Amino acid sequence: MATPVTTTGRPPGRLPRAAVHHPWWFALPAVLVFGGFFLLPNLLNFWYPFTDWSGYRSQISFTGLDNFRQILDDGTLWRAIRVTLVYALLAALFQNAFGLGLALLLERDTRFNRFFRAVFFLPVLISALAVGYVFQALFNTDGAVNDALGTAVPWLGDTTWTIVLVAVVHGWKWMGLAMLIYLAGLKGIPGEVLEAARADGAGPWRMFRAIRFPLLAPAVTFNVTTSLLGSMNTFDIVQATTGGGPAGSTEVMNIYMFRVFGQGLYAQASAMSLVLFLIVVALAVPLITGLRRREQMW
Amino acid sequence: MARPAAAWRWVRPAVVVGLAALAVGVPLWLVLATAAKPQAEAVRPNLDPPDAWQPGRNYSDALSEGEMLRGLVNSLLVIVPAVLLVLVLGAGAAWVFARRRGRLVAAAYAVCVSGLLLPPAIITIVLQLRQLGLAGTRPGMIAVYTAMYLSTSIFFMTGFIRSIPHELEEAARIDGAGPLRVFVRVVLPLLRPVIATATIMVMLYAWSDVFYAFFVLGGGDAATLPINLYQVASAQLYLNNWHLIFAYVVLMSLPMIAVFLVAQRRIVSGITSGAVK
Repeated sequence: MATPVTTTGRPPGRLPRAAVHHPWWFALPAVLVFGGFFLLPNLLNFWYPFTDWSGYRSQISFTGLDNFRQILDDGTLWRAIRVTLVYALLAALFQNAFGLGLALLLERDTRFNRFFRAVFFLPVLISALAVGYVFQALFNTDGAVNDALGTAVPWLGDTTWTIVLVAVVHGWKWMGLAMLIYLAGLKGIPGEVLEAARADGAGPWRMFRAIRFPLLAPAVTFNVTTSLLGSMNTFDIVQATTGGGPAGSTEVMNIYMFRVFGQGLYAQASAMSLVLFLIVVALAVPLITGLRRREQMW
Repeated sequence: MARPAAAWRWVRPAVVVGLAALAVGVPLWLVLATAAKPQAEAVRPNLDPPDAWQPGRNYSDALSEGEMLRGLVNSLLVIVPAVLLVLVLGAGAAWVFARRRGRLVAAAYAVCVSGLLLPPAIITIVLQLRQLGLAGTRPGMIAVYTAMYLSTSIFFMTGFIRSIPHELEEAARIDGAGPLRVFVRVVLPLLRPVIATATIMVMLYAWSDVFYAFFVLGGGDAATLPINLYQVASAQLYLNNWHLIFAYVVLMSLPMIAVFLVAQRRIVSGITSGAVK
């Protein structure tokens, strides 16, 4: 055991008590690993997009805005931004709508409800890639849904609506987690408040609109932020259902990065990664402050 | 007022059962039924029960041809060290962040939990790992997972430690214990519930991760279970071999389902208490 820290008689002297009792070096390993393998790459990510780093060169040199100009000119940048934002908004919407709906349906703590909460939590436990394959088998033109309905709808082949369907699948995969957090929020609402409203003759819908939903604010903050920003960073479900198609209409940024990196165009992939980072930051700051303010209003 | 409420008492369970059957039952049945079919029946997936049952053969094929055992060992060799590091390093940092005051501490805490929301710069991580000679290796993957999930554990643990009274630590200090002893003997045992939550959250993410594993490990000898699944599903040999894909999916999901069943109560309370505070 380290001797310098176990001595009891150390005079507090000039060292503040906090430094003696909770020395910095306890935090140091975590800070180093996080700094080295998360923070530093994100900082370096402000440099590589401006170089010609690729699988075909041994030297890396500065090329200015060439990479951005290229993805801007061939239209991939705007498409990737649009697809990613649309996907994230829809996925967050479905995840929260499903989760809140389930939480309201299964609110009371009965044996029946506890069993079905576990049932709806099952998709959270299954890997997103596997979820993607399951829904590919369901929604393929040759898949189970068309077979059951006797139709031949190309569910995963529509340049407009497929992204909505894939976002539904995303919402389905994570609805159990949102449900748990909304359930905890509902449980935290004081019983007297509900009693008082009921005594005043508020109906179920009024109770929800005027009391329960506003008091759910902290759960909404957590769920909306994590689902929106988390689904910006999506890959598995889209890759397994559509692979980015049809015609790139579901090619979110991570799919683009994966594809371009596979072609050896590292700097271009890194340019997209920087764009993703900046968009997430640009969304996170107003989102968190806005939702926090809404919490305090009630 | 009484009438709709009374009707709802009977309608609600029916709605719940109907939703569960449609939203979870149908996909689950598709997976289990297809995993029991011979290839000819499974090529065009449908909801019919299998005419010929061969679950045993499909599962053993998935195990051997999908190289599941190797994948399992690879997954464990990466996830177990990463989870341990996330917990130990996270607990140490959370203790300091929760107990000390000041601007520097607040800033360090804010930076360390930023990983909860910010995306990892995976492309640059790859380059950095290459320069360190860690690309394609397990230590490289462990370092990346540890850094990615440290934020989650620091966030949950700091919140938890703040709710523990100082007196417990002080009592040990009066008995002559130094910081390391206080940490190991007093703080870590108190952290048990939040450690369980953090373990399960990190395991859940790392067990299913395929995106970062692709970049860091690639499809080589160190490929984890999800990478294997991807290769099984995309290889020409397996194209439309839904019976094998779904047998693989079932086997790969079992460990996480088992963990959930064992630790259900703890997972539920842990996830919810961390989120809504």
